Amino acid sequence: MTFDWGFVYSLLPKFGAALGVTVQATLAGMVLALILGLIWAIARRSKNRALAIAVGFLVEFIRSTPLLVQLYFLFYVLPLWGPSLTPLETGILALGLHYSAYTAEVYRAGINGVPRAQWEAALALNLGRTVTWKSVILPQAVVPILPALGNYLVALFKETPLLSAITLLELLHTAKLIGADTFRYLEPLTLVGVFFLALSLIASTLIRKLENACDRFRQG
Amino acid sequence: MIDYLPALASGLKITLMLTLGAMGVACAAAVTAGLARHSSQAMVRALAWAYVELFRGTSALVQLFWVYFALPLVGIRFDAITAGILVLGLNSGAYGAEVVRGALAAVPREQYQAARALNLSSKQTLLTVILPQAAIAMVPPAGNLAIELLKNTALVSLITLGDLTFQAQTLRAATLQSGAVFAWLLAIYFLLAQLMRFGFRRLELRLAHGRDYGGIS
Repeated sequence: MTFDWGFVYSLLPKFGAALGVTVQATLAGMVLALILGLIWAIARRSKNRALAIAVGFLVEFIRSTPLLVQLYFLFYVLPLWGPSLTPLETGILALGLHYSAYTAEVYRAGINGVPRAQWEAALALNLGRTVTWKSVILPQAVVPILPALGNYLVALFKETPLLSAITLLELLHTAKLIGADTFRYLEPLTLVGVFFLALSLIASTLIRKLENACDRFRQG
Repeated sequence: MIDYLPALASGLKITLMLTLGAMGVACAAAVTAGLARHSSQAMVRALAWAYVELFRGTSALVQLFWVYFALPLVGIRFDAITAGILVLGLNSGAYGAEVVRGALAAVPREQYQAARALNLSSKQTLLTVILPQAAIAMVPPAGNLAIELLKNTALVSLITLGDLTFQAQTLRAATLQSGAVFAWLLAIYFLLAQLMRFGFRRLELRLAHGRDYGGIS
């Protein structure tokens, strides 16, 4: 069996819609991961020890269990308790939750990197907690960690094929269906691999640029 | 709920086999490619770069499907467990290669120069001077990669290999006790990951023994 380029071209339109689903899941998942991760990071610094420890355990638990199993848990167990979500919504929730455990660590590193004197200065100026976080700490904490967050965006993007396991029609699931229909797995699966490779390489080039920009920003 | 454990135990065996097998493949691939990234020959460096980018740039699940479903069409056939060990191992190995490369680069230049001055061969330099020092820096990230590998083994359930996740899915279909089955499954993976973390921590302490820098915090 040889690689059939004509077949590849005929597949491209089918993958267009699937790519849209993949991108949608990636972006929405990342937004959720960025928000939840920040909440975890701030909660872990809370004066309330019980809350800090509970969130610390939650983050560790999410980070040490497979995304696929979390995905199944949300897909099969969540509807028993509450609202039933579509596969896309479940996938976004799982990706966001899973990667929030990683972004929480990144935020933590960023927040720890802000000099103590900044906290003291905020205190001396009688700024409230919210203002201190919003206007003093976070702006300084976030810029240096942008490249690290970018790396997790790429990592999250590469995990989207897992959503095929809960019947979402993203790139890999589309390839599998085409394979089942035509008995040709080689072309569609290779094409999916090439899509991921190309987008990942582009993304890592952009992150390297961002890294340089962040370095320049820090040096002023 | 204890009734589920025997079925999950058979899956646990496969999961552990995959994790250990793939860790072996990953170590070999990581050290080979990591050293190759520092090779004096451009061709060797380029090959190592291509391997790392190829496996880090595509998704582990896509790689698994490609090896298991697409490769047989061009005449290369693996059974599910071999495909799993090979793909997961090479995937982790690509991330590990960067760890090895970084750790080698972190060994001070003076160490290479001192080895040169002592007239050590390049093999002696690598084995007795550079690697022992680089190894300490490799252990913590390698521990994280090992846990990522353990988590990735769940993917093989999608190529119908009977690992923990696959057994849990079968149980769920048979008993319809989704909540209990998946709660057990999550707990087992969590415990395995904690065990691995503990093991790597011990290894780190062991390697750092008698050293006054670079080790533990």
